[in-house]
Amino acid sequence: MSHNLAAIYTIWKREMLRWWRDKPRIIGSMTFPVIFLFVFGSGLSGSMGNLAGGASIQPPPGVEVDFKQFIFPGIVGMNLFFAAIFSGISVVFDREFGILKEVLVAPINRSAIAFGKTLGGATVATLQGTLVFIFAPVAGIEISLPLFLALWPMMFLTAFALTAMGVTIASRMRSTEGFQVINQFITFPMIFLSGAFFPLTNLPAWMEFIVKINPASYAVDLLRRVVLSFQNLPDFIMDNLSRFGLGMEVFGKPLTVWGDVLIVLTFGLIMVGIGMYLFNLRD
Amino acid sequence: MSNAATQQSQTQNHREASPIVEVDSLVKRYGDFAAVKGISFNVKQGEIFGFLGPNGAGKTTTISMLATLLAPTAGKATIAGYDIESQRAEVRRSIGIVFQEPSLDDSLTAYENMDFHAVLYQIPRAERRKRIMRMLEMVQLDDRANEIVERFSGGMKRRLEIARGLLHTPRLLFLDEPTTGLDPQTRRYTWDYILRLREEENITIFLTTHYMEEAEFADRIVIMDHGEIVALNTPEGLKSQVGGDIITIATETPNADAQRIQEQFNIETVADAAKGEVRFEVKDAASFIPQFVREYDGNIQRLNMHRPTLDDVFLKLTGRSIRDSELDSKDVNRARLRQMRRIRRR
Repeated sequence: MSHNLAAIYTIWKREMLRWWRDKPRIIGSMTFPVIFLFVFGSGLSGSMGNLAGGASIQPPPGVEVDFKQFIFPGIVGMNLFFAAIFSGISVVFDREFGILKEVLVAPINRSAIAFGKTLGGATVATLQGTLVFIFAPVAGIEISLPLFLALWPMMFLTAFALTAMGVTIASRMRSTEGFQVINQFITFPMIFLSGAFFPLTNLPAWMEFIVKINPASYAVDLLRRVVLSFQNLPDFIMDNLSRFGLGMEVFGKPLTVWGDVLIVLTFGLIMVGIGMYLFNLRD
Repeated sequence: MSNAATQQSQTQNHREASPIVEVDSLVKRYGDFAAVKGISFNVKQGEIFGFLGPNGAGKTTTISMLATLLAPTAGKATIAGYDIESQRAEVRRSIGIVFQEPSLDDSLTAYENMDFHAVLYQIPRAERRKRIMRMLEMVQLDDRANEIVERFSGGMKRRLEIARGLLHTPRLLFLDEPTTGLDPQTRRYTWDYILRLREEENITIFLTTHYMEEAEFADRIVIMDHGEIVALNTPEGLKSQVGGDIITIATETPNADAQRIQEQFNIETVADAAKGEVRFEVKDAASFIPQFVREYDGNIQRLNMHRPTLDDVFLKLTGRSIRDSELDSKDVNRARLRQMRRIRRR
């Protein structure tokens, strides 16, 4: 048992070293947030304006939520997603470059390998998501230590679930060729249909349905609720987040942070379970 | 304490007496393609054991099964007394393996690659650094321990992989095509290391190769073709199967000459019309050639003799040379890939 823990640690450490040494990847990962924040955020906040305005209930005068404040947690989520799924799928690269064989032939449990990989990927993704906060001032988001202390566990939970999903996908992939396909058919739709970039009011029924069954929606909702709760928004907004399209509702009831945690955690555990099962299969 | 030590030395003695690898009717099938068709052999403690054969003969598949990476379709095998199916962890602890394809993490340093391996193989923290440096020293990479592996040459990477394979003091080291892709000089150096290793570490080496010259380093060789063992012997023993020296003559009428030589000297000949050659074996070429030149009045353009090589053995046993097999093995590989894809789709 203790040697499996040591193995998990060393596999985690390898992920960290690889991430830290791959500076282009770190810098490159910041391009999407910049584009989304400056182009969409700035471009749309003019026309979207005060999100509190168009809602079904009228806020008291002077109460407003900037679109950039809304979109910022979504962008954090997006970066987290990309990093997490990429880390998970990097199992395929490990396979292609032979490193996976070296690990698989070692006298350790295969579940430990998958778990170490997932922990490493989740840590990397959490760091990548945290980096987005460099742009927090631009979006009018106030950062503070309490915010991070509350947010990091949630980011890590989200990253863990999505890395596990990446490992699950990768565990049966034999070549890197399918990587782009996965990105286009899984990663992008998951992010774009998660409410990361648009308020969830007045959606067409089919889209609303997809958003509701998309686990990523709950992860974004979770991050958004935590970030917004540290922004000194008027109580009226915080109490009615879902009425403004700022938060998810399930069966007509607004979700809470803990509701989101429960859903993301369940999804994560299922993915870890499937991932480890598939990883344990031998050829 | 001393009791345990005696016990250990006793089991050690016992192990030395029994073969380190015992393989019994091992089979690996992919759909209806059989990559390995029920092979049996033993590897003795401390020897260099070679698997020779063209690409696609089933060598790597066999090693992968013995290293517990692939599940056999049928058959049994033990390594150091441990069953490759039911005692996988013990088997893995007993073996080191250098894969045919590179398997280092290029973004880590040599030391970090070694350390990664050391943790996976549960080498106690206190010993780790010392052992890693000793192994790096042995392959003369100790002064580059903290360099990123990406900057290493092909030969250096191979040496590092060999050092890594030995880090956890395995009793058996698998070398799967250890020098493929290396230039001849690096190949020779790599072999110097391997041979020194065997002296210093007293380890059994299980080698696969499709290079004849490389197979010559082995104490015993299995010749494998199409998933089957066609011969198992010492290199000398195999070569003596060929029966003597090999004479090749170049002529414009190979078929006619083959016939005439066969009748006149009462020896078996093989005509190769495409190359315009006739080949035959004689016991002692040095004394036969003068007689042959004196007595034979056919039109011979060139005459060549050589001592038998393992390629001649392979040719004799399979009717093809390894080089020619390499060419059609590409088709075999392609067929196998198709087969595997089909299986995955199911």
